[in-house]
Amino acid sequence: MTAAQLELTGITKQYPGVLANDHIDLAIASGEVHALLGENGAGKSTLVKMIYGVVRADEGEIRWGGEPVKITSPSQARALGIGMVFQHFNLFETLTVAENISLGIDEEHDLKQLTSEIEEISEKYGLPLNPHQHVHALSVGERQRVEIIRCLVQDPKLLIMDEPTSVLTPQEVEKLFETLRRLSSEGCSILYISHKLDEIQALCDRATVLRHGKVTATCNPKEETPKSLAEMMIGSELPVCKRTAQARDSEVRLVVRNLTIPSPDPHGTDLKSINVTVHRGEVLGIAGVAGNGQKEFLAALNGEIMAAQGRIELNGAEISKVGPTERRARGLAFVPEERLGRGAVPDMSLSNNALLTGYREDMLSNGFIRFDKVRSYATAIRERFDVRSSGIEAEARSLSGGNLQKFIMGREIMMNPQLLILGHPTWGVDVGAATTIHQEIVDLAAKGTSVVVASEDLDELFEICDSIAVIAEGRLSPVKRTSETNVEEVGLWMSGQFEAGEGEVGHAA
Amino acid sequence: MLLRLEPRQFTSKRMQYASPLIAAVLTLIAGVILFSALGTNPMVALHTFFVRPLTSLYGVGEWALKATPLLLCAVGLSVGFRGNVWNIGAEGQLTMGAVCGGGIALAFWGDEGPWLLPLMLFAGILGGMAWGAIPSFLKNRFNANEILTSLMLSYVAIQILGYLVHGPWRDPEGFNFPQTRIFGDDGIMPVLIEGTRFHLGVPIALVFLVIVWVFMSWTFQGFKVQVAGQAPAAAAYAGYSRKRVVLLSFLISGGLAGLAGIAEVSGTITQLQPIISPGYGFAAIIVAFLGRLHPFGILLASLLMSLMYLGGEQLQIHLNLPLAVTGVFQGLLLFFVLGSDVLVRYRIRLVAQPKEA
Repeated sequence: MTAAQLELTGITKQYPGVLANDHIDLAIASGEVHALLGENGAGKSTLVKMIYGVVRADEGEIRWGGEPVKITSPSQARALGIGMVFQHFNLFETLTVAENISLGIDEEHDLKQLTSEIEEISEKYGLPLNPHQHVHALSVGERQRVEIIRCLVQDPKLLIMDEPTSVLTPQEVEKLFETLRRLSSEGCSILYISHKLDEIQALCDRATVLRHGKVTATCNPKEETPKSLAEMMIGSELPVCKRTAQARDSEVRLVVRNLTIPSPDPHGTDLKSINVTVHRGEVLGIAGVAGNGQKEFLAALNGEIMAAQGRIELNGAEISKVGPTERRARGLAFVPEERLGRGAVPDMSLSNNALLTGYREDMLSNGFIRFDKVRSYATAIRERFDVRSSGIEAEARSLSGGNLQKFIMGREIMMNPQLLILGHPTWGVDVGAATTIHQEIVDLAAKGTSVVVASEDLDELFEICDSIAVIAEGRLSPVKRTSETNVEEVGLWMSGQFEAGEGEVGHAA
Repeated sequence: MLLRLEPRQFTSKRMQYASPLIAAVLTLIAGVILFSALGTNPMVALHTFFVRPLTSLYGVGEWALKATPLLLCAVGLSVGFRGNVWNIGAEGQLTMGAVCGGGIALAFWGDEGPWLLPLMLFAGILGGMAWGAIPSFLKNRFNANEILTSLMLSYVAIQILGYLVHGPWRDPEGFNFPQTRIFGDDGIMPVLIEGTRFHLGVPIALVFLVIVWVFMSWTFQGFKVQVAGQAPAAAAYAGYSRKRVVLLSFLISGGLAGLAGIAEVSGTITQLQPIISPGYGFAAIIVAFLGRLHPFGILLASLLMSLMYLGGEQLQIHLNLPLAVTGVFQGLLLFFVLGSDVLVRYRIRLVAQPKEA
């Protein structure tokens, strides 16, 4: 093995109340694609922030090309040859690609020369991009290319990628991997952070697995199975989601006809003539890259934004004209994508958060709150869904993402809804909790509840859904049975290539 | 080096309650410095400001009286402030309450009975509500900023009062002074404690304080207001109507400010005149925050603020200091309260200046 480009020994970082990194050792060779694997809160972000100079380690040593270094700022990290592509982009929408890239360079430079450099790099690494285009006109995938090129113009020896594929279609992911492989063949090391196991197996040479701030394993992911990798991450055997017999039947539960809504948010996506039918006991998955109208579609189903045209029917009755309260009264429940601040009030206790939408469960009398009922409902959620918190008086913000999600799911499920709408139910949730949530969804459908679940995670949708449709640029594709489609077709649809469909299983071509 | 505010990992509950006390102590210290700079013995000045007003039964009565309008306005405002509805115009709603209630007293002048006072109070509440309903309508219908509209409407209300007492409602036997007739006996709040001006308005205010407390802590509508204030997206998600919260907040705060106005004119002034409030409606904003937007905190805060009004008068009378001292004290107090609040939740860190990029 060649000498390590980057070597960490005994890196420790203590935050108040939590040991984020506990004596981490990590070595990355030149040209190696190294995966950093771990659940949320395992300490991945803290570790890369220390490598990139955003946070300083309490203990331990960083060696760069064999020499011990102290990295005190991102600009120093860039000077050393470390580039990082963050999960959330830092781009100015009103500036051009070249201007944005220019802003990220510390040294004096000439914009014209930089422009030709950008064109050169974009050609060489298969990252098509026009340097004169304004960023606001770019798609998410193209924006990511800007971020990557911003790193590449500085000729890095190590590129850190933080969950880069969460915003890409499968085809875009394939292209990104080609670029990364090419970089690696030229000697650039890549530190790749992800929890998508198949990607890591496809791309990475080695993997370091973190759990609770410690390194629990170092392995070659190509020699492992997704199951064994997941077990290294969660430290126990992976629970499996058991599908029960097909529960879907012919009774129509939800009908959406020609739903058209201009987005209230100027940066949002307009919904264009959406048609879909969901039956009793059916789990319908809505796939799509984030920002293609999922948020608007779910909000429209919940009644937070009203249809400009078209209609929505629940159990045969039109609900498009009524707000969320009335829709809930008719058996709709909704778990939104944003947990803190929308699905739950951050500074309120779990019991008050149970009241938020659970008030119909006998919690009110003459406008007064029956706090005993509220508490017993919250306690029941906590017990049945294994929500780990200090109690029902714990503030919602004190819970981890997965536990809060279990609480919100529990609150909605315990109302025995006719129709449950879910936005990214396992986003940011660890593997164990995700399986619990999947199991709950499947069990609920088996009892006759219809479920509409929007997610960017195709594996998740293929695991739990009876049928799948894709949303792209505010249009909804035809619905297909999960068994009659595959990741390739859905991926293609995610880029918007489909004929607007009737939106009902059986009618789709 | 740069100063930076960092959120604290844990906010101490004890410090949250202590912070108003710390603010009060800091205000006192600042007061000592202030009086020294004005060339007055600070101990004498502080004694005159805070203790002297309360050395007689009459003084204690005045203390409660001045606290009453502050209490009513602040308790009403606290509902909106917790719901993220910013009514800055309690002064105007107070004025309109006084105008409507006082108008009843004048309309039935010389033809009255025990029914008059309740009718006046009712009219005062309605007047304040109506004036508060305007900014809430503008907000709900046109998304007009309620801070601006409610504030501007305050000045409109004061002008209306001025017009009425200079014009149509002027006392025909009042030698052209800009004031109305003195209300008849049935239009004046009965005094409850002999030798003071402590009147029925004080216990009425306490009743409303308890009602608001019950509303905010025990009713679903009060819960909805709090959700709307803390997490607007959660309120929308759960289907709580934002417009209803805006309207309700303005009706409650407007109604209570209106009650404060009519209680003030029928209790202490006994007639309408161009100026009926030394800025109670604005000072109530400070009181509401000083009292942590909680009814019982507001009770204590309104007593403190009322003492400052009395103390300011005493300073004027006995030490020849300007009345502006009261305003300075209010400002200092608010400054220290907000400052300690920030520091309870954040800590100051010195950080190295980042290198020029």
